[in-house]
Amino acid sequence: MTNMLYSFTGLILFVFGLFALISCPHPLRKILGGNVMSTGIFLFLVATSYRTDTASIDPVPQAMVLTGIVVSVSITAVALVLATRLQQSANRAMNRREKKNEGGAAEG
Amino acid sequence: MDSAMTIILTGFDLLLSATLLWLAWQLLRSTDIFKAIIFFICFGLLMAIAWVRMHAPDVALAEAAIGAGLTGPLFLAALRKMERKQKKERRFDPEEKRDNPDKRWQVRSREASPLMWIVAALTLCFAGLLIRTVWIIPRPLPGLAQQTAAHLGASGVDNAVTAVLLNFRGYDTMLEVMVLLLGAITIWSITHAPFPPRLPDTSPVQKSAVRLLLPLICLTGGYLVWQGAYQTGGAFQGGAVLSAALVLLLISDFLWLPDMHSLPLRMGMVLGPLVFLSMAVLGIITENALLRFPPEQAGAFLLFLEAACAISIGLSLAAFFAGGRPASDLREKPYQTDQPDTEKEGS
Amino acid sequence: MTIPEIIGLVSIAVALPFFLSGTVGMLRFPDIFTRLHALTKADNVGLGFLILGLCLQANDWFIVIKLVLIWVLVLIASSASCHLVARRALMKGIRPWTAQ
Repeated sequence: MTNMLYSFTGLILFVFGLFALISCPHPLRKILGGNVMSTGIFLFLVATSYRTDTASIDPVPQAMVLTGIVVSVSITAVALVLATRLQQSANRAMNRREKKNEGGAAEG
Repeated sequence: MDSAMTIILTGFDLLLSATLLWLAWQLLRSTDIFKAIIFFICFGLLMAIAWVRMHAPDVALAEAAIGAGLTGPLFLAALRKMERKQKKERRFDPEEKRDNPDKRWQVRSREASPLMWIVAALTLCFAGLLIRTVWIIPRPLPGLAQQTAAHLGASGVDNAVTAVLLNFRGYDTMLEVMVLLLGAITIWSITHAPFPPRLPDTSPVQKSAVRLLLPLICLTGGYLVWQGAYQTGGAFQGGAVLSAALVLLLISDFLWLPDMHSLPLRMGMVLGPLVFLSMAVLGIITENALLRFPPEQAGAFLLFLEAACAISIGLSLAAFFAGGRPASDLREKPYQTDQPDTEKEGS
Repeated sequence: MTIPEIIGLVSIAVALPFFLSGTVGMLRFPDIFTRLHALTKADNVGLGFLILGLCLQANDWFIVIKLVLIWVLVLIASSASCHLVARRALMKGIRPWTAQ
């Protein structure tokens, strides 16, 4: 019962994250969506290995999830830096275009 | 009594799942991105409770420290950088408000409305497929619990998760530590950062609290690493706590920090992967297999490995937070030799 | 059930209304300063009672020391973070709420 409940919660979280990743245009929101997705996968992995008695719980998925959490933080950090850079260069390009437009207007 | 307990626990599970789903929906749909990040931090904390509920205390500690404690500040720092960049430069949309930075992105999303419906339908189909797949998985699933328990004595530690992480599946962890290092290298090659971001006004209360808490946090991190051998804890949790200490140091604007050399930082970040690699090579020489430890000394080996990994995990995570190569780096100013050498090691 | 365990249970039961009132205060109070006040003050007292109850139920001195350490650390961290949030709010120009 409990493992089914948490498995489905993980699945729905994954789908939420996927939808946000596709549909939200803001880069930070996309990265948040990716994080929710990965959390859903982790939840699913651990929930499928859940047993009611503590002795027969499988430690392998837990170790995998532990690894996964750290890897997802690294990916998030790199993605955030890339998003910041993207915005910086987009702003710069926008400024250049505006300046060119103003120059053209002054001449014409 | 027992059935009453089951009902209470099931009710708790239902409540927790519903709250998690609601928080996820809120954080993905709320209009203000700052609010979304705060929702994300709450989401991480509640996930930690869910991990405890699933008898995974190691994962719970890591989630609370890394998932909620570090990812949230990472997002907040990135948001601040993006907003500051936007504020300084001229904008397309004159009506755009400063306190709602994702308005510009929202306008575009409203235009693509029919496409959105298609995406939503496809996602729903995908969700249905996934739910069907989960439904037809035969239960109870076979696990590796018995094999792990049978070989736990040869691993050198008593905590099954630590044994799996560092001994039975050492490859994973080695590659993971490499991924962390790779992430730090990527970030350092993309941007530079003023290595503590200069804050205009740091409260004296914050400074003295950080001074008070810093040694205790370092002690707790070391204790977690030590405890990983026989209880909940380990290199990741200890490293995450260590990185929290470093993040506190970074945001508290201590004067000696910008003058610090980046060499100790680099060496600390490389320490974990290096020790892991040398252990692997040592395994090839003595035991004829990569990453195999002699069972008698495995405990000592693993503790050494964990300590090295914790240091490099903590430093790498703090470098993620700083978000760029330190501006006081040697290569940034190769000709400035008149500066007094104020290198201080340790924290 | 021994007498310290019963006292511990009573202490935990006393702690719960403090948490509840802190949460209600955070949800219902009019501005950020009153909310902070409710949250930190009520929750710290509640946490104190909770830690007291857990200490009475613990069977090891080491656990008691750890619990008390947790309480002290939470006190320091929560008062410092409360101060920081309030300071930032004042700097941004948010006026404290008054009953006109």
